[in-house]
Amino acid sequence: MMRFMLLFSRQGKLRLQKWYTATAERDKKKMVRELMQIVLARKPKMCSFLEWRDLKIVYKRYASLYFCCAIEEQDNELITLEIIHRFVELLDKYFGSVCELDIIFNFEKAYFILDEFLMGGEIQDTSKKSVLKAIEQADLLQEEDESPRSVLEEMGLA
Amino acid sequence: MSPSVPLQEMIRAIRSARTQCEERGVIQRECAAIRAQFRQTDNGGRSHNLAKLLYVHMLGYPAHFGQMECVRMIASPRYSEKRVGYLGAMMLLDEKQDASLLITNSIKNDLSHSNQYVQSLALCTLACMGSAEMCRDLAPEIDRLLRSSNSYIKKKAALCAVHIVRKVHELGELFVPSARSLLSEKNHGVLHGAVVLITELCERSPETLERFRKVSVPDLVQIMKGLVISGYSPDHDVAGVSDPFLQVRILRLLRILGRNNEAASDAMNDLLAQVATNTDSTKTVGNAVLYETVLSVLDIKSESGLRVLAVNILGRFLLNNDRNIRYIAMTSLQKIVSTDHNAVQRHRGTIVDCLKDQDASVKRRALELSLALVSASNIRSMMKELLIFLSSCPPELRAHAASGIFNAAERYAPSKRWHIDTILHVLTTAGGDVRDETVPNLIQLITNTSELHCYTVHKLYRALLTDISQQPLVQVACWCIGEYGDLLLKGECQETEAVQVTEDDVLDALEIVLQSHMSTPTTRGFALTATMKLSTRITDNVDRIRSIVSIYGSCIDVELQQRAVEYNALFKKYDHMRAAVLERMPVIQKNSLGQTNGELSEEPIKESQPGKVKQEEMALPQQPAGQNVYLTFHKLVCSTYLNQFKVFFMLLLASAPTVTVYEKNGVTLTLICERQSESGLTVTLTASNSTDSDISSFTLQAAVPKSVQLQMRAPSRDSLPAHGGAKLTQLVVLNNPNKVGLQNANRTVPTSLTSIKMS
Repeated sequence: MMRFMLLFSRQGKLRLQKWYTATAERDKKKMVRELMQIVLARKPKMCSFLEWRDLKIVYKRYASLYFCCAIEEQDNELITLEIIHRFVELLDKYFGSVCELDIIFNFEKAYFILDEFLMGGEIQDTSKKSVLKAIEQADLLQEEDESPRSVLEEMGLA
Repeated sequence: MSPSVPLQEMIRAIRSARTQCEERGVIQRECAAIRAQFRQTDNGGRSHNLAKLLYVHMLGYPAHFGQMECVRMIASPRYSEKRVGYLGAMMLLDEKQDASLLITNSIKNDLSHSNQYVQSLALCTLACMGSAEMCRDLAPEIDRLLRSSNSYIKKKAALCAVHIVRKVHELGELFVPSARSLLSEKNHGVLHGAVVLITELCERSPETLERFRKVSVPDLVQIMKGLVISGYSPDHDVAGVSDPFLQVRILRLLRILGRNNEAASDAMNDLLAQVATNTDSTKTVGNAVLYETVLSVLDIKSESGLRVLAVNILGRFLLNNDRNIRYIAMTSLQKIVSTDHNAVQRHRGTIVDCLKDQDASVKRRALELSLALVSASNIRSMMKELLIFLSSCPPELRAHAASGIFNAAERYAPSKRWHIDTILHVLTTAGGDVRDETVPNLIQLITNTSELHCYTVHKLYRALLTDISQQPLVQVACWCIGEYGDLLLKGECQETEAVQVTEDDVLDALEIVLQSHMSTPTTRGFALTATMKLSTRITDNVDRIRSIVSIYGSCIDVELQQRAVEYNALFKKYDHMRAAVLERMPVIQKNSLGQTNGELSEEPIKESQPGKVKQEEMALPQQPAGQNVYLTFHKLVCSTYLNQFKVFFMLLLASAPTVTVYEKNGVTLTLICERQSESGLTVTLTASNSTDSDISSFTLQAAVPKSVQLQMRAPSRDSLPAHGGAKLTQLVVLNNPNKVGLQNANRTVPTSLTSIKMS
């Protein structure tokens, strides 16, 4: 099972964090700091896997973002790399050529996508199409639900 | 998708802040606005406000005041608000917060909502942060959803059930029937969820494992076959492999079901062979499936042909260009190196090459594997590689590498000279990272190799001249020069080229060590003792030695001062004894329990054995015994209560006539040892009490290293009357059948000792 997933930039700014185990806020902060330090110090050609505490860390860099997952001893590291890649593909399809800014300004949507893809640290659906379809439907539902507002209201001027 | 304007405005504002202070200001203002909005009953922008708060939370600022808002939003009928509310719950609430219980009811309602996306939100939240209580409450609901006809809900319910089982193990029973039926689904998402659920159930309970083993193995094999043989399926294909995620999970479940079971392993043999041969290994995906297959093959009771196939796949991985794959291969080979040693030996060359890889993780794996692959036949070539590695290895691996090399050298050394050379090489390259017991080990090895004394002392002298910064090396060198200085001065040596060394040269070398700021106090102690020993081995410069020794009589370091004063006394008052005291040490028996002591003299030579001391290190009584004595009491920890106290000490190997091992607060404990046989020793413990009050329920317990057998006879009494009224004696019989020496004991001691307590 995946214990947690982190997305952070090269400058050490956290963009997304999803924890699949109950951890105290303080411990979360400490672990994030520690991991960011370790991963950011790695050179480009190095192995994508490292051992940290009693977990295995699988990380991959996509443009300016590091996708970092912590998995347990018996999990398969190579398939975790594939899981990370699948998540990136989903983001890419959804945002249309995703970049870090998309994830910053639409972070809640990134979370929604992640929650449709993984649950409890495991994959929900192995078909990319069906995950994207579900998110699309959910977005539609959200739009229908939001009461119609005038343009002025939307901009906060009325 | 409609952009959330207020949210994006705020994000922009925060990002444009130029300093940390400015950012904090913006955030404080926003938080105040959000708090104000929360207090208002209802407005259209509730979800935007909560989203803003979540962003602020992600930056690391406190956001606990949003918890109640999350609870309220979850209860709202509007989907947009529910969505953000649940997201907030997953980010801000965890099972440790009280507010999390408040959402249990909302989740329960939403689980039966008519809209599947609302149900999905509830399931996701429960699987993410559901506490044990919530899980217990909602488990029946989840079970019901597992039987629904909607695959979208079924797959989520399966993963939610996994979380529930992880939190509350007993609830596993509840899900077994539904889990079984899910295996016949066609939908890959549901299948995947079902396999994960069954894996979790089998890992938790052996009975469930048995049940599934009987029933599900054929089904799983069938599903896998379908995936492997089937043609291209656009929905699930990843780079030519059909649904690798599902394949990996099924392989893992098969591994659990086939472990330790012949029948199940047989049933899956063909399938595993098929997967291993048919999977395309050019991309990572294929390798991921192959990796899982190899792990499964090696873990179940597979037939030998299949095992060979698996090891070959690992061998291919080792040659892969991708560093990740090489790392994976080595990790797997490590697991089987003890069982399939020969198969792994075939790939030794590649593994040794990986020692030179740039990546530290790969280096670490290669080191572990290389050490495991050392054997009598390849020791020379492997050691060459390992020593090269040691000279360039990253600092965090040095200690491990050094100790691994020592172990390997000890087990497979082809000759004594090679062994000594290897140890010296390690000490020169990584002297700072070797363990403490290396020095006494090496000394003992040297004394045992009497034919090489001349060679050793020459080599060490030369090493000393080059570099005195590596403390273990300097210590050994000083000791050898002290012991075998006469051989050094004789000049000729069979094994190495002769070099003319004068007495002054030797004394100069030792004095440099004594005076250098790089030398630790222990090292200086060695050097001083060596200088003293030379007084009987050289002829001309005894006066120089006398003066060195008297200078150190006023040294600030107490240990050196004591030694110097005693050596001075040896020169002055006891000069007639000097030759006898300082004569050559006899060969130290590695595996004996300790000899009976020789002449009692004031010889304070001790082989200091630094133990792993936890608290107080009690100053051990100076052992005025002969030279073959190993003093081995390591620590005494004491805490006193009124009339009872506990004393904690570890008895390793003792060999002295009567030793007072404890004398504090009026209680005295003495030890008398008698060697009974080759491997047996009896110890008589005597306790007496000179305080004014009686000590009741006084018991002694003893601790020994794992390989030594201990037998405690009944004590003579169990209380100690005051004023030394009567003594308590207890006999302890020790048997050391493996003739464990002190050095070995040092290695095993920290891990497994029972304790000596006096209570």
